[in-house]
Amino acid sequence: MERPLTQHIQPGGEPLSLAEYEKKGGYQALRRVLGSMTPRQVLDVVSKANLRGRGGAGFPTGTKWESVPEGAPKPRYFIVDADEMEPGAFKDRYLMEGNPHQLIEGLIIGAYTVEAEAAVVFIRWEYTRARKSLRKAIEEAYERKYLGGNILASGFNLEVQLHVSAGRYICGEGTALVKSLAGDRALPHAKVPRQTQAGLWGKPTILNNAETLCNVPHIISNGPEWFRTLSRCNDGGTKIYGASGKLKRPGLWELPLGTSLREILEECAGGMREGLRFRGVLPGGASTDFLVEEHLDVAMDYDSVQKAGSRLGTGTMIVLDDRTCPVGMVHNLEHFFAHESCGWCTPCREGLPWAAAILKALEQGQGRAEDLDTLGQLTGRLGPGRTFCALAPGAMAPLKSALKFFRADFELHVAEKRCPWR
Amino acid sequence: MLTDLMKRELLAEIDRTETRQAACIEALQIVQRHLGWISNETLREIADFLNMTPDELEGVATFYNHIHRKPVGRHVILVCDSVVCWIEGVEEILEHIRATLHIEPGETTSDGLFTLLPVQCLGACDNAPALMIDEELFTNLTPARFDEIVAAYRDGKS
Amino acid sequence: MAVIYIDNKPYEVKEGQSLLNACLSLGFSVPYFCWHPELHSVGACRQCAVKQFRNESDTRGFIIMSCMTPVEDGLCISIDDPEARQFRASIIEMLMLNHPHDCPVCDEGGECHLQDMTVMTGHVRRRTRFPKRTYRNQDLGPFLNHEMNRCIQCYRCLRFYRDYAGGRDFNVFGIHQRLYFGRYEDGKLESEFSGNLVEVCPTGVFTDKTFMKHFTRKWDLQTAPSICVHCSVGCNTIVGERYGTVRRILNRFNREVNGYFLCDRGRFGYEFVNSELRIRRPLVRDARTAEAQPANKAAALKRVAQILRKTPGLIGIGSPRASLESNYALRKLVGPDRFFAGVSGAEQRLITAILDSMRKPSVLSPSLQEVERADAVLLLGEDVPNTAPRLALALRQSVRVRPMTLADQLCVPRWMDHAVRLVVHDARGPLYIATPYRTRLDSLATKTLRGAPDDIARLGFAVAHELSTDSPAVAGLSEEAQSLAHEIAQALQGASCPLVMSGTGCGSMAVVQAADAVARSLRKTGRPAMLSFIVPECNSLGLGILGGGSLEDAVERILKGDAHNLIILQSNLFRRLDRETVEEVFEKIEHVVVLDHVANRCVERADVVLPSATFAESDGTFVNNEGRGQRFFQVMVPQGDVQASWRWIRDIADALDKGELAPWTSLDDLIADMAASVQRLKEVVRIAPAADFRMTGMRIARESHRYSGRTAVTAYVSVHEPKPPQDDDSPLAFSMEGFQGHVPPAVIPRFWSPGWNSIQAVNKFQSEVGGPLAGGDPGIRLIEPMENVEKGQEGAIVPEPFRPRTDACLLVPLFHVFGSEELSMLSPAIAEAAPEPYVGLSPEDADRLGLRDGNTVAVRWDETELTLPAKIMDDLPGGLAGLPHGLPGLSGFVLPRWGKIRAK
Ligand SMILES: Cc1cc2nc3c(=O)[nH]c(=O)nc-3n(C[C@H](O)[C@H](O)[C@H](O)COP(=O)(O)O)c2cc1C
Ligand code: SF4
Ligand code: FES
Repeated sequence: MERPLTQHIQPGGEPLSLAEYEKKGGYQALRRVLGSMTPRQVLDVVSKANLRGRGGAGFPTGTKWESVPEGAPKPRYFIVDADEMEPGAFKDRYLMEGNPHQLIEGLIIGAYTVEAEAAVVFIRWEYTRARKSLRKAIEEAYERKYLGGNILASGFNLEVQLHVSAGRYICGEGTALVKSLAGDRALPHAKVPRQTQAGLWGKPTILNNAETLCNVPHIISNGPEWFRTLSRCNDGGTKIYGASGKLKRPGLWELPLGTSLREILEECAGGMREGLRFRGVLPGGASTDFLVEEHLDVAMDYDSVQKAGSRLGTGTMIVLDDRTCPVGMVHNLEHFFAHESCGWCTPCREGLPWAAAILKALEQGQGRAEDLDTLGQLTGRLGPGRTFCALAPGAMAPLKSALKFFRADFELHVAEKRCPWR
Repeated sequence: MLTDLMKRELLAEIDRTETRQAACIEALQIVQRHLGWISNETLREIADFLNMTPDELEGVATFYNHIHRKPVGRHVILVCDSVVCWIEGVEEILEHIRATLHIEPGETTSDGLFTLLPVQCLGACDNAPALMIDEELFTNLTPARFDEIVAAYRDGKS
Repeated sequence: MAVIYIDNKPYEVKEGQSLLNACLSLGFSVPYFCWHPELHSVGACRQCAVKQFRNESDTRGFIIMSCMTPVEDGLCISIDDPEARQFRASIIEMLMLNHPHDCPVCDEGGECHLQDMTVMTGHVRRRTRFPKRTYRNQDLGPFLNHEMNRCIQCYRCLRFYRDYAGGRDFNVFGIHQRLYFGRYEDGKLESEFSGNLVEVCPTGVFTDKTFMKHFTRKWDLQTAPSICVHCSVGCNTIVGERYGTVRRILNRFNREVNGYFLCDRGRFGYEFVNSELRIRRPLVRDARTAEAQPANKAAALKRVAQILRKTPGLIGIGSPRASLESNYALRKLVGPDRFFAGVSGAEQRLITAILDSMRKPSVLSPSLQEVERADAVLLLGEDVPNTAPRLALALRQSVRVRPMTLADQLCVPRWMDHAVRLVVHDARGPLYIATPYRTRLDSLATKTLRGAPDDIARLGFAVAHELSTDSPAVAGLSEEAQSLAHEIAQALQGASCPLVMSGTGCGSMAVVQAADAVARSLRKTGRPAMLSFIVPECNSLGLGILGGGSLEDAVERILKGDAHNLIILQSNLFRRLDRETVEEVFEKIEHVVVLDHVANRCVERADVVLPSATFAESDGTFVNNEGRGQRFFQVMVPQGDVQASWRWIRDIADALDKGELAPWTSLDDLIADMAASVQRLKEVVRIAPAADFRMTGMRIARESHRYSGRTAVTAYVSVHEPKPPQDDDSPLAFSMEGFQGHVPPAVIPRFWSPGWNSIQAVNKFQSEVGGPLAGGDPGIRLIEPMENVEKGQEGAIVPEPFRPRTDACLLVPLFHVFGSEELSMLSPAIAEAAPEPYVGLSPEDADRLGLRDGNTVAVRWDETELTLPAKIMDDLPGGLAGLPHGLPGLSGFVLPRWGKIRAK
């Protein structure tokens, strides 16, 4: 099984230096691109590879890059979204800590493709090790003329900066991120105009997740057909899956896109810890719907997970066991989302704390029967299209599905006036 | 007071950004690294330096998690209270911290050594529960392990 | 046009506007908070949700925000859809989770948009049991009260204050459910537009402090349409009265003039009407030195007749802050050749030049709204933010006109506010500012020039010459100035609506002529050109039309012994002439009759003082800086013997047995007379409906139909309900009985519509939301360009460059929005916001004189010596010094003039 993204990473070890990376074939893709490919040709390759965004929304990367209008104004910006603040997600961190040059190479190729001459890696403050490894890698890349003016004598220029966020989940949302980079409060923006038309400083801007970009050099080196064969579905590539919760071996694994939930949880993560049973899983991070036992054979690819009623999201799973209170778990999640709401739109700003307060009351034995109705209503009122951005709908996903799959647990809290797990 | 060193660091940031304001988040972090927190007076000075009004900078400063607008202790303990750590028992750890350091989240120990703050998922879910002290991450926490870590900081590790 | 379907019925609407706009214009009640017709859409509150259907077979549809949806042909929506209704109600429910249930004691109660919207959506029951969040409020200064608990986080305040008005001392702090809208720390809001927050905020977070202290409700106010008296822009206002005192000023929408916003001088300057210094009874003095005795009306008039009859030779001094009607009445009484405008010769010459310029062909004097649409602006000499604040707000919008094309290119609708701001970023259209000192618009300017008035004029002439060589060349211009002139000329020429703005602020004829020259030369290049002048007072142009000699001419008459008696109309001579001269006048003249509102030094010296009504107690017409005649209506019956100045003049004529000179019993009589005898004022009759106008046979009620306590208000005098006072001058009634519905725009006394108790009811009075008032915006332009006026720029002489002197400084006026205007300074809130007197020095001159900030200095010229603290102004060019116009102790002289400055 091929593991292009992680094969050279030594877990817990030092990041690959530039020399080591080059020795493993690093920056060959970039040399090929700058030496012999036009942006259009690169775009074709990436489009053919069926690479879909790994940041959560699963948007086809080729299509995104292509949407920078021809003749669009310059400068154009390329942004790496490495904020990764969604609870349960830790895949980008692994890639950046282990092999920062892989990301930088992907970034340079991406920037070349959309003719961006300035790039920013937006990373969260808490990722101190990743910050360090990236900072060093960027310096090395500048020294080796992979960055800066006239890269590899190709005439292409690219300046890259590392921006360390002061911490807010909403910064990961592309339009909010751009506000943050302008030194402002990170409030999301309407979808008109598209960021690829007017993003950072009102200029065309491309934003990709870190893992997405790490795939790009490999696609160039090995071709789109190879990339597609890596996966077990129509979309190409491997995926870094993660799993946490009370499993025997929580962790991260690079597997073919479309590997089944069961395979990941049971074979990679070793199944549940002694004495515990599997009850449910948030398959793609905190803002996805629960899947339960009946879904264990679902293939973890974009379309299959969607069909099962959830989202692939970031591919980092959070497992609920039978000794952990689903109400408490959802309370923890809603508390997080309420705290991270940017405060811009009413349903999110007011609705999330309300939901969190009700869940807390349930946990503390002060729940009322009508609370379940209110929670149910809130999942609709904070749903897609009703709030300004995707934060609140994401926050409602675990709540809504918990109300569906674990309703009895909620009712028990009301009936017994306590949390049965405490 | 902004020292010359801080100003030089700020200028380096400003150099890289489109507008002076665009450097403000970095600027707050730089100054905070030096001074521990951002006092009203400091905020005013930074705002001045960036051609912003204090109102403008405060709007930004109060938006983000890691800008301390109140004094903090010598070391800041950031305990992840997000979902996986919660599943893995962070509440127990927090209880232990409360009991041993005699502080509630948001408070500073009376010796001024530690401030306890909750923090959003640290991205260490495979080794939960986790916390950070200053810029260092500690995982697979147990009460006993916490005591060891804190002891090391008390002994002057920084 | 597009056809859209709302609940299955087709409607024809303008394409491209927001769906919310379209729905409201069609009369549908779609609730909203964050959207504002002037601040446009941002999609924050999610209150304006409706259902959209993909096509005819789509029965489920999906929720959209109408404010964020462009109208397209075939759009199919439902407002009535149960899910949409429920969603809208749920938004209110969520807003009310934390909103205090304090309507009965809230100052917004009864005119609260949140109340209206709550009723509209049908949310009635509170389900949450959790504690509400609370905040500490801030002290925001004398104008505004702050009550953050009532905030519903619609962000409107911020978007108005920062994005629209450019204020930088206000922001939103915090995040998620704990947001705070306020200042970094307690203190007065710096923007002179802060008062608009009262109307912009849909709840009671920002309320009018001057209003609050009276504990009055909107429905208990008697209201009338009025015109602001505090500068020459002439913003339309609604004055509210109760118990005989004016309680507040609100904006009165007029698309062409003030739109939705006023400045704080206009909003809070009204309190002089209630001032303890008001003269409410006639005063009679037997001898100049004697105490003034109050007299009744008859006795006072008898005395007036006595003194005026005894000694012939009566002259009258009019006033730029009195109505056309009162000035005309005085002119008629004394005769045009014995009528003098109450302004200095210097000012009068400027006004005359401006009036001439406005009548010259082809160049348009723009309305405020046209200023907003200008796409290149040259500002010569005028400190607009301080002399005509509302116009400065318009200029602020004008710099966005040109960059809007960036949004158009990306097909971003102009009303999608945040998207537009993102695209436009900090791009600005051309705005060039040449003034003696820094203005608050400078941060928006493409380039600025600091200079003495003559140098500003020279720049203007140089621009004119660049545009057309018909305009004289400017000799000896520096290379820098030359290239600036070139750049400005290019910018103006490249614009589709270029604007030149200037005014009397510099006191310089050369500046006015230069502005005129630029506009004319621009016109010669085939460009349309707008030329806007700012003049000192609310009726400066009206008085200018009536003509008459200057104050100096009047003084000359008197000192020559040609005039023995003097009637002064609403003018304090001590403010307009130096003390010695006024003393001489009083020395020489035999009798003086003063008509004024408030005690002042002139009043103290008069033989007879007749209490004249303010704008709140009388009707009349002002001509604003655009040349627009506008009518104001009295809101209340004046107390005591107070009456309109023109009525006093009529009574004087009667007492003198010269009734034929003033044969008017009502305002309409007077206006008809004036229109017939002054050709240029013949349109004044059309400005507003005459007094006999009726709506379905009824007068228009000044009181709302919910007005309470009308029998109780006067019960302490008599328990019998008095007959409402008669109003002979307008079609309005001092009563709740009368017409309450829609009336012609010029006489709208308040904006109210069923279900719309807040100021947002204005939607219901517009032809389309945000558009002109249905029936046309009030006011008639009285001064239009005329083809038969002689052309050219005869007489315009390019001045020599300014040469600083070593023994003196050229003193120029410095203007302050709070402090420079006479009447508003009598209002406590404004006076609190005004600066202390000072003299502004350039750093060079301060250096030369060895002066530091705060040092006491003496400023002298002729016989005058002023002692003032020095303020170093780093923006003032060397050789100039500034005196704040109109501050206490700083009036009675004409600037610019040379003065000597030394340390004291
Ligand atoms: C509230 C919120 C937070 C998000 N946080 C992240 C993040 O931390 N990292 C990330 O890559 N994408 C995040 N996203 C998704 C991004 O908006 C965006 O879809 C993605 O980065 C695009 O990159 P991709 O096409 O390569 O996946 C977030 C979205 C939302 C609504
Ligand atoms: S701009 Fe002038 S006319 Fe308008 S409200 Fe202000 S002071 Fe009054
Ligand atoms: S009015 Fe449409 S979202 Fe606020």
